Amino acid sequence: MSFFRYMLEHRAEVWRLTFEHMGLVAASSTVAVAVGVPLGILITRQARLRGIVLGVTNIVQTIPSLALFGFLIPLPFIGGIGARTAIVALILYALLPIVRNTYAGISGVDRAVREAALGMGMTDRELLRLVELPLAAPVILAGVRVATVIGVGIATIAAAIGAGGLGVFIFSGVAMVNHVRILAGAVPAAALALLVDGALHLLERRLDWRRKSG
Amino acid sequence: MADPVVVFRDARLTIGGQRVVGPLRFAVERGETVILLGRSGSGKTTTLRLANALLLPSEGEVIVEGRATTAWDPVRLRRSAGYVIQEVGLLPHFTVANNVSLVPRLERWPAARRTARAAELLELVGLPPDPYASRYPHQLSGGQRQRVGLARALAADPPILLCDEPFGAVDPVTRRDLQQEFAALADRLGKTVLFVTHDVREALALGDRIALLDDGIVRFLGTPDGFSRSTDPAVQTFREGS
Repeated sequence: MSFFRYMLEHRAEVWRLTFEHMGLVAASSTVAVAVGVPLGILITRQARLRGIVLGVTNIVQTIPSLALFGFLIPLPFIGGIGARTAIVALILYALLPIVRNTYAGISGVDRAVREAALGMGMTDRELLRLVELPLAAPVILAGVRVATVIGVGIATIAAAIGAGGLGVFIFSGVAMVNHVRILAGAVPAAALALLVDGALHLLERRLDWRRKSG
Repeated sequence: MADPVVVFRDARLTIGGQRVVGPLRFAVERGETVILLGRSGSGKTTTLRLANALLLPSEGEVIVEGRATTAWDPVRLRRSAGYVIQEVGLLPHFTVANNVSLVPRLERWPAARRTARAAELLELVGLPPDPYASRYPHQLSGGQRQRVGLARALAADPPILLCDEPFGAVDPVTRRDLQQEFAALADRLGKTVLFVTHDVREALALGDRIALLDDGIVRFLGTPDGFSRSTDPAVQTFREGS
């Protein structure tokens, strides 16, 4: 049976799982940005926390994703079978690129610009809001983009713990040795990743101050 | 008669047990321009940064407008002392007008007044608002950027100007122009100026008084005339060396 016929016949299921997949990634990326950006800002201010935060997010990144999903299941509150556990795991994976890029973007702001801004009498909040965040925005957003694209990929594994998404096709396709069914999950997932990458790339360029009346 | 605006009262700065500058003991009177002259590493920039609480003295006091820098709210102090540095440090994502009206914006002036003030200052430093107000820093020459930096420092009409080699990065001809305009401007606006440079000619041209710094200590303090005629070995060495 051809791939396209399969997709057509199962289009309702394909759409449902695609939306489920997007839901997992959107929820986890939103939380990861809400936690990761402030964390990245914090470690530009608190040198002592820098090593710990970057170290922990780094270690999380090295845990194989299937294992991380497995580790989370027995935990109270965040664990269990289903979407919630998957979202927690996806958040943990998304943190490193976001925290690291936020930190790198802010530390990369020209020393003379920061010195002049402080010398002009900016408070730390003003420095952050008017100078550091706008100048670091492209770098921060690049981190969000990487995190989200990785999230689209890793979310396929979430099906293994009953969280749904396009991984459902892939896992059942593997179990049934049905290549077309695997593709029905893999191709939309890949398309989704490319789409997210392109959209965030556009946003990144729009926020880049270097493009202002160049 | 004496009306000191900035007073270094035996101020010393030590970092990790190492003396960086001091003890410094001198005063800057209202309306005068004092040049901090010295080689790189002589402590002149450090001395300047003690005046707006970017650094705080480890011993002694730096008194600005009658109050020790340690007693000032550093943000208030810095907004009442315009600051110009060599690398300029214009905000690259702000237009020239928005750079100039930065401190008024921090001080929450209404937008119309900010725009008018930016235009007025750009005229003052020789950059007509049309076309310069809407440009970005990277579209300007080095000399023009320095002018914007000066306009920005003057924006909220601070009584004090702190300048750290503001003309160090421009070509000699532009530098001379800028020096002349700066001297006229500081005089006309009645600003109290503390000005760092390593250039003897700049010091002689701009200073009401010159403070020669070496190894974090003032070796000579006096008028440009006195500096030229001084037989002090430290002054002679510096004069001959440049």
